[in-house]
Amino acid sequence: MEMNSLLLILILFSSLVPGILILLLHERQVFMRSFLNLLGAVVKVGLVAWVFAGYYSGEEYVFIFGLAPDLTFALQVDHLGLLFAALSAVLWLVTTIYAIGYLEGGKHLRRFFAFFSLCVTASTGIALSGNVVTFFVFYEFLTLSTYPLVVHRGDDIAVEAGRTYLWYTIGGGTVLFLGVVGLFVVAGPVYFGQTEIIANLVAENELQLTILFFIMLTGLAVKAAIFPFHGWLPIAMVAPAPVSALLHAVAVVKAGAFGIVRLVYDVYGIDTSEQMNLLTPLAVFAAFTIIYGSLKALFQDDFKKVLAYSTISQLSYIALGVAITGVLSTTGAVVHLVHQGIMKITMFFAAGNVAETYGYKKISQLNGIGRRMPLTMGAFTIAAFGMIGLPPIAGFVSKWYLGLGAIEAESYWVVLVLLASSAMNAAYFLPIVYRAWFCEEGHEMVHRRRPGRFETPALLLIPVVLTGLFSLAAGVFAASANSPLSIAREIAERLYLYLP
Amino acid sequence: MTDLPTSSYPALLVGLPVLMATISLFFKSRGNAVAGLIGCLLTGGLGIVSFAEVTQRGTLIHILGGWKPPLGILLRMDSLAALFIGITAVVGILISLYAWWYFSSRKVSDGKFTLFWSLWLFLWAGLNGLFLSNDLFNLYVTIEVITITAVALAVLSGRTVALFAGLRYLLAAITGSMAYLLGVALLYGSTGTLDLGLMGQALEPGATATFSLIIITLGLMIKKAAFPFHFWLPPAHSSALAPVSAILSALVVKGAFYIMLRLWTEVFGVSLSYAAGQLIGFTGAVAVIWGAWQALLQTNLKMLVAYSSISQMGYLLMAFPLLILAPGVASGSADWLAPAWTGMAYQVMAHAFAKSSLFLSAGIIVFALGHDRIESLRDLVAWKPMTAMAIGIAGVSLIGLPPSGGFMAKWMLLKGIFLSGQWWWAPAVLLGSLLTAGYVFMLLRLAFAPAREKIAFRPVPHILQVCALLLALGSFLIVLPSENLIQFLGGTESFGTGIESIMEGGVHGNE
Amino acid sequence: METHQIYSLTSVVLFAIGIGGVIMAKHFLKKIIATIIMGGGVFLCFVSFAQRDALTFADPVPHALVITGIVVAVTSAAFALSLARRIHQLTGEKTFPDEK
Repeated sequence: MEMNSLLLILILFSSLVPGILILLLHERQVFMRSFLNLLGAVVKVGLVAWVFAGYYSGEEYVFIFGLAPDLTFALQVDHLGLLFAALSAVLWLVTTIYAIGYLEGGKHLRRFFAFFSLCVTASTGIALSGNVVTFFVFYEFLTLSTYPLVVHRGDDIAVEAGRTYLWYTIGGGTVLFLGVVGLFVVAGPVYFGQTEIIANLVAENELQLTILFFIMLTGLAVKAAIFPFHGWLPIAMVAPAPVSALLHAVAVVKAGAFGIVRLVYDVYGIDTSEQMNLLTPLAVFAAFTIIYGSLKALFQDDFKKVLAYSTISQLSYIALGVAITGVLSTTGAVVHLVHQGIMKITMFFAAGNVAETYGYKKISQLNGIGRRMPLTMGAFTIAAFGMIGLPPIAGFVSKWYLGLGAIEAESYWVVLVLLASSAMNAAYFLPIVYRAWFCEEGHEMVHRRRPGRFETPALLLIPVVLTGLFSLAAGVFAASANSPLSIAREIAERLYLYLP
Repeated sequence: MTDLPTSSYPALLVGLPVLMATISLFFKSRGNAVAGLIGCLLTGGLGIVSFAEVTQRGTLIHILGGWKPPLGILLRMDSLAALFIGITAVVGILISLYAWWYFSSRKVSDGKFTLFWSLWLFLWAGLNGLFLSNDLFNLYVTIEVITITAVALAVLSGRTVALFAGLRYLLAAITGSMAYLLGVALLYGSTGTLDLGLMGQALEPGATATFSLIIITLGLMIKKAAFPFHFWLPPAHSSALAPVSAILSALVVKGAFYIMLRLWTEVFGVSLSYAAGQLIGFTGAVAVIWGAWQALLQTNLKMLVAYSSISQMGYLLMAFPLLILAPGVASGSADWLAPAWTGMAYQVMAHAFAKSSLFLSAGIIVFALGHDRIESLRDLVAWKPMTAMAIGIAGVSLIGLPPSGGFMAKWMLLKGIFLSGQWWWAPAVLLGSLLTAGYVFMLLRLAFAPAREKIAFRPVPHILQVCALLLALGSFLIVLPSENLIQFLGGTESFGTGIESIMEGGVHGNE
Repeated sequence: METHQIYSLTSVVLFAIGIGGVIMAKHFLKKIIATIIMGGGVFLCFVSFAQRDALTFADPVPHALVITGIVVAVTSAAFALSLARRIHQLTGEKTFPDEK
């Protein structure tokens, strides 16, 4: 096998193999388990960086394995996939550190870390998929590997939540399956980027292709939590904090959003989608979800619930950016794929730290917490400001481009949606920030669960500070080469200007 | 036919298990089991080797005793037969290993279990014989050998539930065989031959052909528990001992299906119509949904798994309407034949692996707890993680999620459905998948749920769990060689006559 | 009507009686006897085809088949009888519980 194909397989194996090995370990072999996990995570980051460098110096990375005469398992690297793979790899490393600290001394950790690794394998697989079938394989694999994580706590509430989660995702998967087979029959094996295949078929099969587009979109919308398929997301919050963090930042919901990006840009193609009028319904639903998610978030008191509804809202920014044509909005959508991930993971880490250190799970309990946990809440504040869209933080960049894109496309109502959503973001995030820094602590006795030198154990503190800094850096250094923004910009220009 | 390469493998595949079964009868208790296990391993090994031989040399034949047909018996091992023999070998070996530890950890002096090994070997001989048969009467004899040994195995536990279920099974099976044999008699009367190929050429459309088609199909549908003749299967399969349940559901029901496939594709071409295919497909679709729905309602694990068999076997029948071409369709343009055919083959393989794994896992739970109420699966991931994993993996293949064998089967089937324009089968396939997901995840949900009270269980030999897990993994591993397998099944010149005709032009129905 | 036609017709009637018996009779023995009658019908049908044309010898193949068939049928019937007897010994039942 060629070196370059081998690299792609190794990227997948760097989390798959630790996952399987951990299952074979004994529950008490804590050191070995953590070592395998971290080793896999570091190796993955290294491999992705290697491929990243190689790809930019002109190397090609393709791996193809024939399953049937016309059914192939294909991995390939392009800008978009690489961006998503890099996001998964980096955030996995950070989350692994966090999870080791967070779950220390818990039960069934062998199972947890094994499926955690499998989940990231699926996520990276989605990033590197070269065709629709391979994407679908990893998409379903992701559903299965996240289920044990969602029900990890093992009590009745968790199991019930797991049931809801499965019904939504398996249902969505089945719908997607129908669409994928249909597309295969109509268009043959479609590799990502071969948009000319569909374009050539539109004249003859317009109706079929339209139906198939919406079938696949529905299947993807379940994971992307677009209204009315968002119901599972707030319920799945029963999972432990590292799982929620990963689920909301790179794994499940991102897989759905990433799938929508792929479907529109790399399967149907932006021209064909627009010509067939496929994007208006997507834009309407996405815009509605943005408003709806923000409204729901306003009325929650549970810290994690606020974050969950905020995710529903924020994810639809990506779908909305995809639905508006133009270089700027595409840049905004793609860059938000990354920015939302790092900001949201910061917020979940922070929420997890507060809950783990002081047992606080409600917003009304957060008075004065900033003075006890300055670093954690500092990172949270950066991420919250970013979500609202304040410069110079990551979220500002994506919102700025989305807004410019909407103006460029003369969809002024989208600008209104963005403004309204930003106002509501501020309305539910600022009170948290205000309480944390400026309110006096209540009368209740504050009991710290885990005593220690720092405000919280180092393994919990380092990740949140890191991702907080990432959120800041992604905004401040947005203009530099190889920042998420410049890559997103390059992707968008390739799409519209047909650069080589 | 007689100019194909001759080999002694086909004769050995039947002769060896019979010989070993007879030898094991001479021993008591331990010796019996040792001889039986050796026999199983040899037969399984032979099955795998002969499969490999067919992939190299193409269809093999063996003329028993040098007496050429029509007087003598000719055994034919084409790609389809090789596939079934190969699956039987792999699944059979793992079930045998499981059975060895399953029985040896019970009281050795328990005399009634000693019959297991010789019965199982006779059954295996019957299965191999059935897959190799090239004439209608031979098929009858072998399926009767299978029925009698299968019922004997099913009642081995001696429990009254099993006896009732076994008698019902036997009566249903005899009725089915008699219906089949009557059809054979009529066919022989009108064609004067029993050879599959010759009969296919000699049969002329008419009342006799149609009547025998109907009665043979009905008889075989009783034997393979197709809807609405499935009534005997759940009690019989669920009341048997674990290794036996696995044998019955993974392998035995496939026997009757195999005959049906052979006859429909090689003999009945002239008397089949588009409507007949639609009708069979419809019973399959109903079985898929109804079986899965019933499975959802069960409170006992083994009953659930048994109903799931009815559902999964329904998928096999759903390939039939795709294989029969409507009048006026040129065979060259029918590009859905290959997907439908390979989808069916994949369903056979995936189901054999997944279902045997599920029954063996259920056996482990019965072994540990003494009962198989679904409620008792609570907290299974904590006390039997490997079994929980086997159930999960096998279940995922049954649902048809990628990248399992079940996924390949459903992918191919759906592709065939869309290509042929018979889109009305698609909802049944998908609804079946969803309902299957329903009962599989019902099991998994319980497996992750906390136990209500402390679970007291008997220690289970580790190797039992390993066998179940390996079978479950098998339902995924069959995807790896799929390109070669599909090519092998697709048939070039050297593989099998019937398949060749299907791949080239489908079964042409009359008006 | 020619001899072999009478044979064929009788065989179909026997077969139908057998099927009816298996489904409708409740007592185990009756059910088992019904399968034997069914078998009789099938074998008669086979034999009736032995006489292909009046001039030549009888076709030997059906006879060989019928003998084999009878052996198989007797085995199944004996097995069914032993199962029924065992059920009777253990429970005293002569019918299936849901068919009383």
